[in-house]
Amino acid sequence: MTMTDTSLKPTATTASPLQLVSRYGVFVAFLALLVFNIAVTPNFLSWQTLNVNLTQVATIVIVATGMTLVIATGGIDLSVGSLMAISGALAPMIFMGKLLPIDNMALAVTLAFIIPVLVAAACGWFNGFLVTHFRIQPIVATLVFFIAGRGIAQVMTNGNLQVFKNPPFQFIAMGHIAGIPAQVVLMVVIAILAYCLIRFTVLGRQIIAVGGNEKAARLTGIPVRRVKTFVYVISGALAGIAGLIVVARNSASDANLVGMGMELDAIAAVAVGGSLLTGGRANIFGTLMGALVIQLVRYTLLANGVPDAAALVVKAGLIVVAVFIQQRADRS
Amino acid sequence: MSAFFKSFAPKSSGDLARIGVLIALAALILFGALRYDNFLSPFNILSFLRYNSMFALIALGMALVIMTGGIDLSVGAVAALASVVSALLSPISWYAGLAGGIGAGLMVGLLNGLVITRLRIQPFIATLAAMLAANGTALLLANNQSVSVSYDTGFTVIGQDDFLGFPIPAWIALAAYILGWLFLERSPSGRHVLAIGDGEQTAALMGLKVERTLLGVYAVSGLLAGLAGVILAAQFGAGQPTEGVGWELFAIASVVVGGTLLTGGSGSVGATLAGALLLGMVFNVLNFENGLGWISLSAYWQSVIRGLFLLVVVVLQARLTSKSTA
Repeated sequence: MTMTDTSLKPTATTASPLQLVSRYGVFVAFLALLVFNIAVTPNFLSWQTLNVNLTQVATIVIVATGMTLVIATGGIDLSVGSLMAISGALAPMIFMGKLLPIDNMALAVTLAFIIPVLVAAACGWFNGFLVTHFRIQPIVATLVFFIAGRGIAQVMTNGNLQVFKNPPFQFIAMGHIAGIPAQVVLMVVIAILAYCLIRFTVLGRQIIAVGGNEKAARLTGIPVRRVKTFVYVISGALAGIAGLIVVARNSASDANLVGMGMELDAIAAVAVGGSLLTGGRANIFGTLMGALVIQLVRYTLLANGVPDAAALVVKAGLIVVAVFIQQRADRS
Repeated sequence: MSAFFKSFAPKSSGDLARIGVLIALAALILFGALRYDNFLSPFNILSFLRYNSMFALIALGMALVIMTGGIDLSVGAVAALASVVSALLSPISWYAGLAGGIGAGLMVGLLNGLVITRLRIQPFIATLAAMLAANGTALLLANNQSVSVSYDTGFTVIGQDDFLGFPIPAWIALAAYILGWLFLERSPSGRHVLAIGDGEQTAALMGLKVERTLLGVYAVSGLLAGLAGVILAAQFGAGQPTEGVGWELFAIASVVVGGTLLTGGSGSVGATLAGALLLGMVFNVLNFENGLGWISLSAYWQSVIRGLFLLVVVVLQARLTSKSTA
């Protein structure tokens, strides 16, 4: 409560300690975790540790990037986990010829990459349509697909596990590009593209403007509806890609499990990364760091014999502390 | 009781939506009664009420939270936690199990309220964190497996037995709804809940105790989720740390179908009950339809149909509200 006096002092050049913590806290936390692990966790400095952590975090970062854009417009997307299930159920059906017979394997695999992502993007467009056309609150609009989407995936596969072995398709999760896992490359590329979108394009500015003050954005001639629909389409498409990675990694697609709880992981990464849920801000790099910190906390606890369940409690505390610090810094 | 039904009488577009849910519920019951032989049999009605009481309780708490303009994502995990706590305490006595489960729910609810009012963290984030914490605590307490309840202390009566020919969980839910209705429609604090949802700053300027009311609302939501967890454990004979996933969103859907706007400031307890029953009945009707043997819809269709229901209702609501403001 003594922090309130900082509101009296700040000048243009010096940031308050709280603002510094808010701005760099997630890096400091990340570095602290690295140092702690190097000192305590056995065999932490190895390629294997790096690969395990990065491959586990890749899908969360990809989905959270889309979530960051949606949240920047003042919205939220609860449907991402269910859309992952739909895309993850579709892909094996396509290259295993259950949907339509395709003789050419190369074509089948190509379609297995493209069609599920397009379908997920279309679902995202529908979310955006509900939000912009009917003015339904994003949390309710995306709740529709959260509930129905997983059901659609389960109905498509009749709830059955689809097991497969298809190296060309599974390259997306098993392959390496220049020694780096393909999904990690994909994660980095997507994060960079989103960063450039926000930083250097008109559309990126418009996304921030819509989230900052929708009315003002509309009055300045920004096509608010189109901008909002766009972010939901991107969020859906990225969820579709993440769904492909998850099933390719498991060599199996289980509509009951793919993407379960992903919406919350993604929102947590965004929140820890410094984009407030109220909109008007899109910190892609922060989201990446947020996801990494959450992942590293979990890894640190697991590697040191703390049960996974306790890691959930720690994650909860982490989210509250991170958001609390950012809000305080914002007000001062 | 007539005032209870009068709370459905139309005053605004929100009320139209509330009548809509009653008509939809009546239509679905009529459809089931005409189409299936045993739909209105005592056995079906009683087992329907026994099972859906848990969801009705959670939806009631959620409705109160949403009326203040907030949200409570933790209720599903809280119910799971409460089911574990009550199962662990049930060997002592049935009321230890009951009190433990309710207490666990109340504690998480109070924690939610404190984080939201004292730390000023958005309800969405605060209750999301509570959801993770409750989930983790439940798994830790239960050692990652379901915990069998004691059958010697009469704890299972809470979930499995009848009183005056009516399932005990249904009595509990009914009592909770009557209390909830009395609170909202007949007590000053209930009007404060709606006033806060209309505008927190205005309510504070009017001298309402905003923080205390919010704290109370989240505490009640946690308490009701705890009660639902006790019923879960008693009904199925085990505390289940992994149950309750997605219950919060089901409860939100019930509240929305019941015509309460997520922006807060309005809403009805009775229509929330109708919304919860309507969504539960979709599953019931699906079972009967499969029983006829003409078509075979797997259980997976229920979430698709529930999603469609939600879609139709929110689109209609959006249409109605935009017309009334235009």
